Amino acid sequence: MLAPYELSHLRVLEAEAIHIIREVAAEFARPALLFSGGKDSIVMLHLAVKAFAPARVPFPAMHVDTGHNFPEVLAFRDRIVAEVGVRLVVASVEDDLAAGRVVEETGPRASRNRLQTVTLLRGIEQERYDAVFGGARRDEEKARAKERVFSFRDEFGQWDPKNQRPELWSLYNGRHRQGEHIRVFPLSNWTELDIWQYIADEQIALPSIYFAHPRPVFSRDGMWMDDSALIPRLPGEQVEERVVRFRTVGDVTCTGAVESTASNLDEVIAEVAATRLTERGATRADDRISEAGMEDRKKEGYF
Amino acid sequence: MEMLRLATAGSVDDGKSTLIGRLLYDSKAIFEDQLEAVERTSRERGDEYTNLALLTDGLRAEREQGITIDVAYRYFATPKRKFIIADTPGHTQYTRNMVTGASTADVALVLIDARKGVLEQSRRHAFLASLLGIPHLVLCVNKMDLVDWSEERFEEIKQEFRSFAMKLKVSDLSFIPVSALHGDNIVDRSVHMPWYEGSALLHHLEEVHIASDRNLIDPRFPVQYVIRPQNQTDITTHDYRGYAGQVAGGVLRPGDEVVVLPSGFTSTIAGIDTADGPIDEAFAPLSVILRLSDDLDISRGDMIARRKNQPHVGQDIEAMVCWMSEVSWLREGAKLAIKHTTRWARALVKDLQYQLDINTLSRNEDAVGLALNEIGRVTLRTTLPLFYDEYRRNRVTGSFILVDESTNTTVGAGMILPPISD
Repeated sequence: MLAPYELSHLRVLEAEAIHIIREVAAEFARPALLFSGGKDSIVMLHLAVKAFAPARVPFPAMHVDTGHNFPEVLAFRDRIVAEVGVRLVVASVEDDLAAGRVVEETGPRASRNRLQTVTLLRGIEQERYDAVFGGARRDEEKARAKERVFSFRDEFGQWDPKNQRPELWSLYNGRHRQGEHIRVFPLSNWTELDIWQYIADEQIALPSIYFAHPRPVFSRDGMWMDDSALIPRLPGEQVEERVVRFRTVGDVTCTGAVESTASNLDEVIAEVAATRLTERGATRADDRISEAGMEDRKKEGYF
Repeated sequence: MEMLRLATAGSVDDGKSTLIGRLLYDSKAIFEDQLEAVERTSRERGDEYTNLALLTDGLRAEREQGITIDVAYRYFATPKRKFIIADTPGHTQYTRNMVTGASTADVALVLIDARKGVLEQSRRHAFLASLLGIPHLVLCVNKMDLVDWSEERFEEIKQEFRSFAMKLKVSDLSFIPVSALHGDNIVDRSVHMPWYEGSALLHHLEEVHIASDRNLIDPRFPVQYVIRPQNQTDITTHDYRGYAGQVAGGVLRPGDEVVVLPSGFTSTIAGIDTADGPIDEAFAPLSVILRLSDDLDISRGDMIARRKNQPHVGQDIEAMVCWMSEVSWLREGAKLAIKHTTRWARALVKDLQYQLDINTLSRNEDAVGLALNEIGRVTLRTTLPLFYDEYRRNRVTGSFILVDESTNTTVGAGMILPPISD
């Protein structure tokens, strides 16, 4: 039980995130919110709505679309942006492929994960965004554990981890020159469990693939991959139906499911609280590249 | 569940990583895949043991050089509290990082090697914790196993530290004898030290009372953003005008008579709104929207306070500043950008009164500048008035950052002192 003037950790995290979101709206000319349809970006959008109510969210949402989406997530995306009344900007990897700015990887493990950095940076440049909200959390990954809430990017979109601005109290420094931008992470101090507890508290709707459902999948590298035409099979990979759910939602080709019977929020929270694997370790092929996989991609301008 | 922010500082060999590793591991905040990655890297590096420091050293250069470059944030929770650890390296160049990690901390954890006693470094950590206004300081006397779990040694260190800490402003000081390596008094009470009657570290961190550390006395509301829906079709909101911000002090209630700075106009709080509906009272650190009963010209950077309890208003600011730039010095005559609450202004360094030696606490009044990691007392003149309280009274309205206007980097952190009364 909380005494008078004590606040739960979720209320403190919410107040901090709303403060950060309002700082950006107040200090930047053209902010945008990265929206993938994953739970973290859904929570971020929810917080943005709360930060400005009864007014509307004063910036657009941008989806960096690899073209390899879960159909459920895409449908969810369109429904939620319409509901909230926020403008959706889609930056598509397929446009960059068609224009020859990037070349498709080949082979059974081909992924558009790295390509989307080009698309993301092009989107930011084209729309002249000077601040871009991301849903990354410090507990996700150890390179992210070192990132500031206001994270400076140079004119190439690069992150320089050794040359970050000191960040003290809740005094954020978003000053930058033209062509540079700031990535802003209002969920920095949230953990996966915090996100789920908040979703339950606030009754936030999520795409159905976050909850256990029977799905045709095949096993690769200890993960259950979707039976999608987008993923070429290796010899011996057999599709079977399993009851699974997704802990993270990203590109179909590099997001795995876990076997789970958690079909509602309470069950998911119980499962997350008891799990012994991080969500990225369990379900993200893109993070298994190397010890420094995330750091290297982030330096190039990744989310 | 309440949230507690913890700042730790220490060097490689005082067992800090082992202690944090144990807190995380025993509270199940380290996951199997993280542990496997650490074990694998430890083996590859030829470490004899699983090096838990690798958990926090997230950057390639840190792993390669075996050093911690930056503040690492770690998260764990017990059924009672959620904890955020700001873990900072202990080597001599660490001041900037420790000041950063300490700026938001409720509790500072200082480690002492029981064999070595109170070293210069322990004193430095304690001083910075006190300078940054961390209300609770926990001194962990570690490696008690190496001094035969000696109560006498523990008491000796306690006395030595106490006499030093008297010079500091630490309101709550506790001592815990531990062995991080063996887990004594970390999560469970030690069987080796029956003479110690206090609680184990984790229990202490779960119980330390932090709610009253916030300022609930002086109402302060820096205006962050003006909310105007401007929706002509919605009659319920088309006249709406609210002031969004995060409460920085005191308790605000509808009906309170308030003053708006810098204009000095007074009004009353008509309502306190959140997206979940109106609330009866707001206090730090809630983010809310205030509506006032009068139509006033209020914008970002203004401050709402009580008529009978107002912050200092002034352009001459006395402060302790920690300098954080690797390439420039703080010198008299320098002009910098300053951010204080939601207000940006420019500041001129009028006077560097002294540089403080953080090892001896002696003042060097001949200092001509502050270099990286140096701390000194300065007088600033700002282009706009700031609405401030002394840092000791309010860490939000008493703090500021200094920004280099040519590079846009943050170069200084300031803690405001009481104004010089004339």
